[in-house]
Amino acid sequence: MRRASFALLSAALFSQTVLAGDLNVMPDESRKMEALLAKSMLAVANSHLDLALNDVDSLLKINPNFKLAQLVKGDLLLARSKPLTSFGDAPDAPQSRVADFRDEARVRLQRYQEQQPISLEPRYLWKMNASQHYAIVVDTSKSTLYLYQNVNGEPRYVADYYITSGKKGAAKVSEGDQKTPIGVYFVKSSLPKRELADLYGDGAYPLSYPNEWDRRFGRNGHGIWLHGTPSNTYSRPPRASNGCVVLANDDLLDVGKIIQVGITPVIITDNMHWSDAQDKSDRAALLQSLEQWRKDWASRDTDAYLRHYAPDFASGKTRFASWAQQKKLVNAHKSWIKVNLSDISVFAYPDQPNLAVVDFEQDYDSNNLSNRMKKRQYWIKHGDRWQIIYEGAA
Amino acid sequence: MFNRFCQYAALCGGALLLCCSLSARADEVQDANKLFKQGQYDQAMAKVDSFLAGKPKDAQARFLKGLILTEQGKTGDAIHIFTSLTEDYPELPEPYNNLAVLYAGQGQYDKARVALEMAIRTHPSYATAHENLGDIYAKMASQAYDRALQLDRSNTSTKTKLALIKELFSSDHSRAGTHNVATGTVNVAKPQPAAETPAAPVVTPVAVAAAPVVEPVPAKPVAAPAPAPAKPVAAEPAPAKVAAAKPAATNSADVLKSVHDWAAAWSAKNVKKYLSFYAPDFDTPGNESRSAWEAVRHDRLSKPKYIHVKISDASVKFTDDTHATVTFRQEYRASHLSSSASKTLLMVKSGGKWLILKEHAKD
Repeated sequence: MRRASFALLSAALFSQTVLAGDLNVMPDESRKMEALLAKSMLAVANSHLDLALNDVDSLLKINPNFKLAQLVKGDLLLARSKPLTSFGDAPDAPQSRVADFRDEARVRLQRYQEQQPISLEPRYLWKMNASQHYAIVVDTSKSTLYLYQNVNGEPRYVADYYITSGKKGAAKVSEGDQKTPIGVYFVKSSLPKRELADLYGDGAYPLSYPNEWDRRFGRNGHGIWLHGTPSNTYSRPPRASNGCVVLANDDLLDVGKIIQVGITPVIITDNMHWSDAQDKSDRAALLQSLEQWRKDWASRDTDAYLRHYAPDFASGKTRFASWAQQKKLVNAHKSWIKVNLSDISVFAYPDQPNLAVVDFEQDYDSNNLSNRMKKRQYWIKHGDRWQIIYEGAA
Repeated sequence: MFNRFCQYAALCGGALLLCCSLSARADEVQDANKLFKQGQYDQAMAKVDSFLAGKPKDAQARFLKGLILTEQGKTGDAIHIFTSLTEDYPELPEPYNNLAVLYAGQGQYDKARVALEMAIRTHPSYATAHENLGDIYAKMASQAYDRALQLDRSNTSTKTKLALIKELFSSDHSRAGTHNVATGTVNVAKPQPAAETPAAPVVTPVAVAAAPVVEPVPAKPVAAPAPAPAKPVAAEPAPAKVAAAKPAATNSADVLKSVHDWAAAWSAKNVKKYLSFYAPDFDTPGNESRSAWEAVRHDRLSKPKYIHVKISDASVKFTDDTHATVTFRQEYRASHLSSSASKTLLMVKSGGKWLILKEHAKD
C-alpha cells in the first residue's frame, strides 16, 4: 500500500501545480491491483493464505482476465490441500507458460517493492517545449513505462505502468529480430480500436522508429507501436511482443488521454539513468552551443557557423564537405540574416551519453529568402565540445 | 479425485441407515433401504414417503430420501432435502457432507466448500469433511489454474457428476465395517460430536474408505490429475509430470509433420490439399463463412507464379492428447510478395490426423 499512497501524494502535489490541462490521469487502479497481487504472492510465500485469497478474489472481481492472479489464486487454494512444490503448481501446466507467469510475477513484485521514483528525473528529458504536455519514458529492463508531466519545461513524475516488450530483448537492429528499439521517438499517429486486430487491444500509437539515428546505422524494420492487450487477457509476459511496447488496455486508455500525436516524445531505454549534476552541466553547455550556432549563422561568418558541424556530419546523403560548400555559396549572396529559434526541446539519447536530439521551430529571414520550419538536429559531444552530426526537417 | 469423494458420501449414507435397523419402529425405513440397495428406487421412495407422511421430521428417512433422489438424478430435489436436514439438524455433519458432494458434482465448489466448513464447524475432527474439503480446494485450484492457462476442460464437470452417482451406490454394499461412525449420528435428538467419541472409530472408516479409491483412478482420463493418490503427499507430483510429458514427446513429431505437409501443399499451390489441413470447425478470420474464406485462399494460392513457404523454430505445446499449439517462424516468398511472421496454429487431432483449428500471425 505504501506505493499506492505515494501515488495519491503525487496526485495531491500536481493538483496545485497543474499547468497544461487534461490532468485527470491518476492510474491508481492498475497500481492498486498490482499491489494486491504482490501482497498475495508474498502471502503465499509466508503462508498467510486467508487474507491473500480475499485480496486475489477482489482483484479478480475487477479483472477476471488477470491470468497471473488466477494462477496465484490456484496456488493459494492448492496450498490448503497439499504442500506447494513451486510457484504456479498446476499439475499439468505447460512449463513455458508457467515460466512466463514466473517472469511476470518477478517483475511485478519488483515494481511493487521498489519505491516509485517520484523525486527523480530521468536523464533524458533535458528540455520539453511548451506544447509537449507530457513525455513517456520506457525502461524495458524494468518492464515499466513512466509518464512525466511538463512543469515549466521540467519533468514531473505522474505515473508508471507495467509493460510487455520485445521477446528477444531491446536494441532493435533489423526487421523481424523481435527486439524493442532503444532511442528517442515520437508518437506518429493514433489507431482506434475499430481499425485494429484484437491482438492490439483497445488502441495503438505507432512510433517513429526507425528515426534518423537508426537509419544512419542501417537499422530497419517498422511497426513499433505502443498498443493494448488482446481481449482475452489482462496482461502479457514481460518479454512477449515482436518489439512493440504493450500496455494493459485500461493503462493504454489512461496514457492515450495525454498522448499528442506528432508531439509526445517516447524515449526507450533498457537501462534507466537518472539526472545528475554532470547531466545538468552537459545540458547547459549544449543549449549554449545551440545559441552560439544561431548567432554565428545570423552573423554570416560561415567559417564560425561551420565549426558547429562535426566532421562526420551527415544529413541524408549530404556529407560535411558538400554541406559546407553549399552553405558558403548561399551565404555569399546574403546581405543580412535573422534566425530565431522557438519551442526548443532537447532529449538526451539513451545508451549514448554524448548524443542529444534537439527540435525547434526555426524562423529564418534574409534579404532574399524567408522561411519557417520545424527542424531537428542531433548534437554529439566530441571531447567537451557539442557539435551537430545530423540536421534536417522534423 | 471425486471417486473418493463419492465413496465418503456413500459411506455416510450406508452408516446412517445401518443404524436404522437398531431402531425398533423403523422397519419401513429399513425396507426402503433394502429396496434402495437393490436399485428399486421408485418402490423405495414410495415406502419412504409413506413413512414420512406419518413422521415428516424423521432424519433417517429424509436422509434416505435424499440418497434416492440423488440416484434418480433429481439433484435439485436432493439438494433441497439435504439442505432442509442441515437446517433442522445443524449438528449433523453428514447432510452437509452430502450436500457438498452434490454441489461439487455441479461444479459449485464455493457452495461445496461452505457446506464442508459447516460440517467441520460442528465436528472439528470429522475427517471425511476435512479430506473432502482438501479435494474441493484442489478442484478450485485447478479451476483457477485452467483460467490462468486457458485450458479448456469444460466437459469434465459432467463426467464428475456421473461418476458420483455410480460410485455412490456400487460401493455401498461393501461398507460393513463402517458402522462405527454411526454411533455418533444415530442419536438425532442429542447428538454427540465426533470429537467426543473415541478417536479410533473415527479414523478407521476413513482408512477403509481411502484404500479402494486407488483402483478407479487410473480409469478416469481427465478428471483425476496428479493429486489423486490420497495418502502420500511428498513426492508424487514428479511421476505425474513424467507421465504427462511422454505422450507429448512422441506426438509432437506427428504434429510437426502435419505442419510441414501443410506448408508443402501451400508451396505446391495445391489448393485442395492445402485446405484439407483445416478442421471442419476451423475458426475463419473475421468469422467469415467457410466458403468465402476458402474462395479467398483459393485465390491467394492460385494467383502467384510461385510460392515458397519455409518454416523454422517450430515448437509444439500440448493442451491435451488431442489439442496442440504450434508456434513457428514462417517465411513466405511468392512472386508478388514476401513476408516473415511469427505464426501460431491451434491444432486438433481428428481421425488420426492433426488439423488446423485456428491460425494467427503475430505482431
